Amino acid sequence: MLEIKNLHASINGKEILKGINLTVKPGEIHAIMGPNGSGKSTLSSVLTGNPAFQVTEGEVHFYGKNLLELSPEDRSREGVFLSFQYPVEIPGVSMVNFMRTAVNEHRKYKGLDPMSASDFLKLMREKKDLVELDNKLANRSVNEGFSGGEKKRNEIFQMAMLEPRLSILDETDSGLDIDALRIVANGVNKLKSKDNASIVITHYQRLLDYIVPDFVHVLYKGRIVKSAGKELALELEEKGYDWIKKELGE
Amino acid sequence: MEIEQSYIKIYKDFGQLIKDNSAEVMNRERDKAFARFEELGFPTTKLEDYKHTDIRSRYAIDFGMNIRRVEFPINPYSVFKCDVPGINSHLFFIVNDSFYHDPQGDTTNKEIEDLISQGVLIGSLKEHAEKQPDLVAKYYGKAANVQNDGSVAFNAAFAQDGFFLYVPKNVVIEKPIQLINVMRATTDTMANSRNLIVLEEGAKAKFLVCAHTMDACNFLSNRVTEVFVGKNASYEHYKLENTSYNMTNIGSLYVEQSEGSNVLVNEMTLHNGFTRNNICINLNGEHAEALLCGMAIGDKEELIDNTTAINHNVSHCHSKELYKYVLNDKATGVFAGRILVKQDAQKTEAYQSNKNLCATKDAHVYSKPQLEIYADDVKCSHGATTGQIDDNALFYMRSRGISEREARMLLMLAFTNDVIENISVEALKNRIHLLVEKRFRGELSKCAGCIICKE
Repeated sequence: MLEIKNLHASINGKEILKGINLTVKPGEIHAIMGPNGSGKSTLSSVLTGNPAFQVTEGEVHFYGKNLLELSPEDRSREGVFLSFQYPVEIPGVSMVNFMRTAVNEHRKYKGLDPMSASDFLKLMREKKDLVELDNKLANRSVNEGFSGGEKKRNEIFQMAMLEPRLSILDETDSGLDIDALRIVANGVNKLKSKDNASIVITHYQRLLDYIVPDFVHVLYKGRIVKSAGKELALELEEKGYDWIKKELGE
Repeated sequence: MEIEQSYIKIYKDFGQLIKDNSAEVMNRERDKAFARFEELGFPTTKLEDYKHTDIRSRYAIDFGMNIRRVEFPINPYSVFKCDVPGINSHLFFIVNDSFYHDPQGDTTNKEIEDLISQGVLIGSLKEHAEKQPDLVAKYYGKAANVQNDGSVAFNAAFAQDGFFLYVPKNVVIEKPIQLINVMRATTDTMANSRNLIVLEEGAKAKFLVCAHTMDACNFLSNRVTEVFVGKNASYEHYKLENTSYNMTNIGSLYVEQSEGSNVLVNEMTLHNGFTRNNICINLNGEHAEALLCGMAIGDKEELIDNTTAINHNVSHCHSKELYKYVLNDKATGVFAGRILVKQDAQKTEAYQSNKNLCATKDAHVYSKPQLEIYADDVKCSHGATTGQIDDNALFYMRSRGISEREARMLLMLAFTNDVIENISVEALKNRIHLLVEKRFRGELSKCAGCIICKE
């Protein structure tokens, strides 16, 4: 579904991604790990079209479509979803209004009529339960005054609402206590199917106890320097990233 | 003084005619006001209070004035229908500068009769000034700043009629009173009108003023409203401007508050040409409370200036002020908010906030928050911010599939939300939410449901 070839990207003239290659197939879970500043978040930003970053080289195809040519909204409508590391607070825009607009824009893209208000609320109720999101939160402004855990659960709730084909979870575990982590991971696991895929970006192995990856990649200095199965995460946890650096002869 | 000269000539030639077609009470100070206007002229941009708002040049157009009070052939009642459910108001019209009399009799319906039987006076200022000269004379011209503002002096010299509301002690008018100012003419026209609202002790009223234009010629309106709110009385004043590019709208609102009174003023500009709102609230009695809000949505080359003053003249009063602007294209917003706390006004609480969103590079806001405090035991704050649309929020929304246009719209809508929430009339609040959304979507050229505007 996703094919990244030799992707280079920079911000304010500084090159962060220096040739990423990655192929993701339906049903797969890929974990991307790596030390601070290796480019993990940049990769998620670039894949979802954050205008702050410039792609300088390389290609990204999503089901054959040139992803880099699409606007952020069209990437979303094509089925790419990003769970933000730092979800943005939007005072004055209610969760209901925000989600209804998003869901209906997705439907419009697919040539479907907007959802009726009652169907929409029913869908919201159903998906909220998945991440044990409080009823009250739905009536509040987007992320405003949410705790760290609530914000992350809200991301997974949105993912459930939009049913993406590819989800990128950017440090979804950061700032979560163990209960919240379990809830979030459960949500992600319940949404998993043979037709969708996830890229899980994380610092720690902890999240991967709950969301078990098929592949683990190590991102270092803007490149994927090592790929293996889930056992790589455990090895990293044990030996730290210095071990990779040594392997690279640094 | 070239621009002024033509108006000075009109007054000298037709002063008597102006008086003959107005009420004696309104004429008492007319010559003095005119003399003051002769001295002051129209405010120029050299004056600090008009630095960014050149209203003088707006008078350069050769406007016609309806001094002889010729009735304009229109029945606004027959063409105006408000189709938003729940807006149930006592409806009155000022067509250009005259109070409109419904041929079927606008004061004959049952509800108005009930109010009148309780001592409420409502209708044309000119007529009530003739019928109740002592009552009107007690208040007329007592709040307006004729001495220092040439534009207000001009109004006092030329205004012949307007709206009058008197609510006696402890009388509560539940339904909002809606006054629609309509500009309607076939040639460039100026309207000067005067409103006077008096609430006695313990009275309650809600007043909604709408400003509309109906034709494509140039209009200028200069309207002065004086409001006297008695002890423990409660008054709400909403102003909704939805006019057009050919409109110059100068509105001056003076509110005098007695002890324990409660006032809410919320002025919203959705569409306009060139607008100047002067608002002055005087807190004259202890434990009076004032909430002053406003918002302005501007695009093209619209200009919206809200110059406000809240004067804490005595102790133990509260005031809160919130103004928000959303500007697109080359629109200009001006906000000046002055809070004055006099020497003996201890235990004052006064808070002011002005937030502005410039959605384009060519939109400008001039914001001037001012606090002037002479007492030493007060809680006061003011803050002003001007910024652009939050890129992070925009990207967040787009990443959920919301188009950039829609996301911007939602963010702008959200920005104005708290001003709209300060509307206590539920149906009006819902209506404004709808109108503002339509405004941002570009679907609102005129008020939704206002048949007057659809012609």
